[in-house]
Amino acid sequence: MYVAVKGGEAAISNAHRLLADRRRGDRSLPSVTIDQIAEQLGLAVDRVMAEASLYDRSLAALAVRQSRGDLIEAIFLLRAYRTTLPRFGNSVPLDTAEMQVERRVSATYKDLPGGQLLGPTFDYTHRLLDPSLLSDEAVEEPARREAGGEEIMRVSDILAHEGLIEADGELPQDHQAGDLTREPMEFPMGRDLRLQALARGDEGFLLALGYSTQRGYGRNHPFVGEIRIGEVEVEMEIPELGFAVSLGHIRVTECHMVNQFKGSSKAPPQFTRGYGLVFGQSERKAMSMSLVDRALRAEELGEDVTAPAQDEEFVISHSDNVQATGFVEHLKLPHYVDFQAELAMVRKMRADIEAARTADRGETVMKDAAE
Amino acid sequence: MSVAEQTLPTEQAGRRRCASLLAVATTDELRAAWDALKDKPETKPVRGPETGLVMVRGRIGGGGSPFNLGEATVTRATIALASGTVGHAQALGTDKQKAKLAAIFDALWQEDATRDHVENVLLAPIEHRVATENRAKAEETAATRVDFFTMVRGED
Repeated sequence: MYVAVKGGEAAISNAHRLLADRRRGDRSLPSVTIDQIAEQLGLAVDRVMAEASLYDRSLAALAVRQSRGDLIEAIFLLRAYRTTLPRFGNSVPLDTAEMQVERRVSATYKDLPGGQLLGPTFDYTHRLLDPSLLSDEAVEEPARREAGGEEIMRVSDILAHEGLIEADGELPQDHQAGDLTREPMEFPMGRDLRLQALARGDEGFLLALGYSTQRGYGRNHPFVGEIRIGEVEVEMEIPELGFAVSLGHIRVTECHMVNQFKGSSKAPPQFTRGYGLVFGQSERKAMSMSLVDRALRAEELGEDVTAPAQDEEFVISHSDNVQATGFVEHLKLPHYVDFQAELAMVRKMRADIEAARTADRGETVMKDAAE
Repeated sequence: MSVAEQTLPTEQAGRRRCASLLAVATTDELRAAWDALKDKPETKPVRGPETGLVMVRGRIGGGGSPFNLGEATVTRATIALASGTVGHAQALGTDKQKAKLAAIFDALWQEDATRDHVENVLLAPIEHRVATENRAKAEETAATRVDFFTMVRGED
């Protein structure tokens, strides 16, 4: 039962005023700017863009500032903002082979065309706190080396030459890419819809599920074929012009997972694949996504569905952190009347039990006396 | 093949190049080019500037069927010059001033009288800046390339 209750306006207004004060913090310190957040907390901004499913660095930085660094709150803010805008159209599918690569590593081939490019990575750091960052010491410019201009070939293309790996993932010719922001979700869903859900899914949730597959809950024997991070061009068809033009560039992270082979009496064994593509720089998310994408293909590949990560409805229904936080956090809103009802019921049950016990005891006393 | 069919792809390629450079222009670059115009044209807004979304698509496995990756903000504008030439602009982000100026330059690029100005004062410098930035990024990345060498162990 829902009952409208009035009151609390002044408390709410003062609470928001207090929130603004705490967000600003100590006034003797300079306040952070949107540009500073976008530049110096860039990976937090990337996470907000990825899970809000909206690429806009400035707005994501604003959301991080407004939410005091609570990233799920920031994601919520950006999701809410996107609902206020009309959609002009769909982009031409990104061509990640044409990426301006900033990082590219493969765990399957040591020497491969384009090489192992470490880029700006946390890998191989010793994870020791750096006291030089306590102050504002000057940072040296990056080293440079002449770029060879060598094509950075996809690892899947190398394997494909020998027919050792399955194709990229073709849906039937007449299939229209599904859009979960437009149509309600239905299970089972196509791999295209699953990838859309995973691309905006919570990093922590996907990380845990990916980890669970490694620990044996739906094991799929993964190798990182390739991770690449860099900028790709976004193009859109302009009806007035009759052809596609560039809208600019976005940074994405792509992960190709190479997984255990599958074959049959008709087809020789081939490696299978999982795919991850995420806005911004986030290889943890892209790797987790590709593990979960592969796990969710269990049925398609004739594997037994035994583990949580292979359960499409379970994974996709719980991967969205805005939905999840909405339902979990709504529990703190007033449930006074529901609770009053439960309270009355518990009291009545206790009273009934107590009454029955008293009656029992009375009977026993009478019986004893009679004997 | 007719002359029209031959020239069309070239004209289209030129327009595509112009649009892609205008999309990565900064508002400062556009404003400076506008200030440098001797005769400021009269322009009529046709549409926008307005901000909306483009659904960015990826491909399964990098080259397979398309899927919806997520949206991006995009701002577009359409203007008309007094001559009737229509300019369009569209770029990622929410900068309306940029979209409006870019639409004007898209129109000016189509006019014979002003194409050279747009090329020399705006497009060529942007092209140069972008190439310089891309080269710097490529060289910084190349410096992080691993040069494997094999340690020889044992005798010989």
